Amino acid sequence: MSQLQAIALSCERGGRPLFAPQSFTLSPGQAMQIEGDNGSGKTSLLRMVCGLAPTASGEVRWGGQAITEVRHAFSRDLLYLGHSLGLKDELSAVENLRAASVLAGQPVGHEQALQALQAQGLGSRSHLPLRVLSQGQKRRVALARLQLSKARLWVLDEPFVALDTLAVHALQQVLRQHLQQDGLLLFTSHQAVDLGRSVLHWRLGA
Amino acid sequence: MNAFFALVARDLRLAFRRKAEVLSGLFFFVVVAALFPLAIGPEAATLRHIGPGVLWVGALLASMLTLPRLFENDWRDGSLEHLVLSPHPLGLLVLGKIFAHWLVSGLPLVALAPLLGLQFDLPSDALGMLALSLLLGTPVLSCIGAIGAALTLGVRGGGVLVALLVLPLFVPVLVFGAGAVEALNSGLGAQAHISILLAMLLPAVFFSPWACSAALRIALE
Repeated sequence: MSQLQAIALSCERGGRPLFAPQSFTLSPGQAMQIEGDNGSGKTSLLRMVCGLAPTASGEVRWGGQAITEVRHAFSRDLLYLGHSLGLKDELSAVENLRAASVLAGQPVGHEQALQALQAQGLGSRSHLPLRVLSQGQKRRVALARLQLSKARLWVLDEPFVALDTLAVHALQQVLRQHLQQDGLLLFTSHQAVDLGRSVLHWRLGA
Repeated sequence: MNAFFALVARDLRLAFRRKAEVLSGLFFFVVVAALFPLAIGPEAATLRHIGPGVLWVGALLASMLTLPRLFENDWRDGSLEHLVLSPHPLGLLVLGKIFAHWLVSGLPLVALAPLLGLQFDLPSDALGMLALSLLLGTPVLSCIGAIGAALTLGVRGGGVLVALLVLPLFVPVLVFGAGAVEALNSGLGAQAHISILLAMLLPAVFFSPWACSAALRIALE
C-alpha cells in the first residue's frame, strides 16, 4: 500500500519556524499542490518529504513506515525534480537522460531516451551539448525524465517554470497520465493547474 | 555495480569535455618537475638525491589542486541530490566518483613521473619504483582528499580549507612514497615501504566512501 503520510511536519530556518506543524495523507491517484509566498518553505517542505533535509519535528511515512527506515524502497519509488535540474552542461540531452536513469535504478536505452525527448519536442536537439540549449529547453530535458520514470511518487519543485504554453499543456498531460496510473504527485506551483481531477491544496505561511 | 560503472563512464566523459580542468593539475606537475633541475644546476649526484622527493611533492600538490572540484560541480547543478536519492548505496557511487577522479588526475601522474624522473638522472630501477610508489600512493591521496572535499563542500574558500585539512594526512603517504625510491637507491630495498603504502591504500579505499557519504548528506541539508 503506497501511501505518503506526513505527520505533524514542521520546518525551521535559522531558529525561526517557517510553518506550523501540519499533517497530510496522499493516496494513489491523488495530487497535492503546495502554494505559498517566496520564502514560505515550499522547497524545504519538498526536501523534507524526500528525506534530503531533516525534519524539525514530525515524520514522513511511505506505506506506513518512516522513510528513514525504508530508505531503499522509498528511493526506488521516488522521483524528485528540484530547482537545480541535475543536468550536465557538457553532456547531450540523451547522455544526461541515460545517466540519470541508471542512477535512478531504471536504466533506459538510447532509443527510449530519444523517444522521450521527441515527445518533449527536442528530437532534433538531442545530440547537442546542453549548454547550447535555452533555460526552457533544459527544463524540458529534465521533464523528459518523468516519461521514462516508473516511480510511484513524483515530487516536483516548480515544474511549470520557464515553460511555454505548449510545454505546459504537454506536462499537464503527462501528470494526468501519471495520476490515472495510480501515481502520487506532490508539487509546488504559483499557477492554477488543470489535472482533470480535484487537487489537494496546502497554502504555506497563511 | 552497473551504477558504479555508469557513473565512472559519465565522469570520464565529463572530464574529456572539460579538458582544461584535468590538464591544469598535470601541467602543474610537469612545470614543477621541470623547474627544479634548471634552478639547482646540472650536478647529477644532487639531482639524483632530491629527485624522488621533488617528484613526489609535485604529484601530491598536483593531485590536491584538482580536489575541490571533485564534488563541487555535482553539488552546483543538483546531480548530488540525485546521487543521494538514488536507490544504489551512496558509498558505492562515491567510490565511483573517486575512482574516476583518480583515473583522470592520478593515473596520468603515475605515467608521466618516470619520464620526468629522467631529468633527475634517476636509474631505471628507481624510475620503476617511483611509478610503483605513485601507483599505490596517488589513490590514497584521492581517497583522503575526497573526504576533505566532501567536508568543505559549499564552504567559501573551500579550496584552502581542503589543503589545510588533508595536507597533514598526506604526510605519511609522502614519507613512505618518496622513501621507497630513496631506500631502493641506497640499496636497502623498498619492500617495507611498499607494504606500508599498500596498508594505507586498503583502509583508505574501504573507509573513505563511507566518510564521504556522511559528509555529503550533511552538506545537502
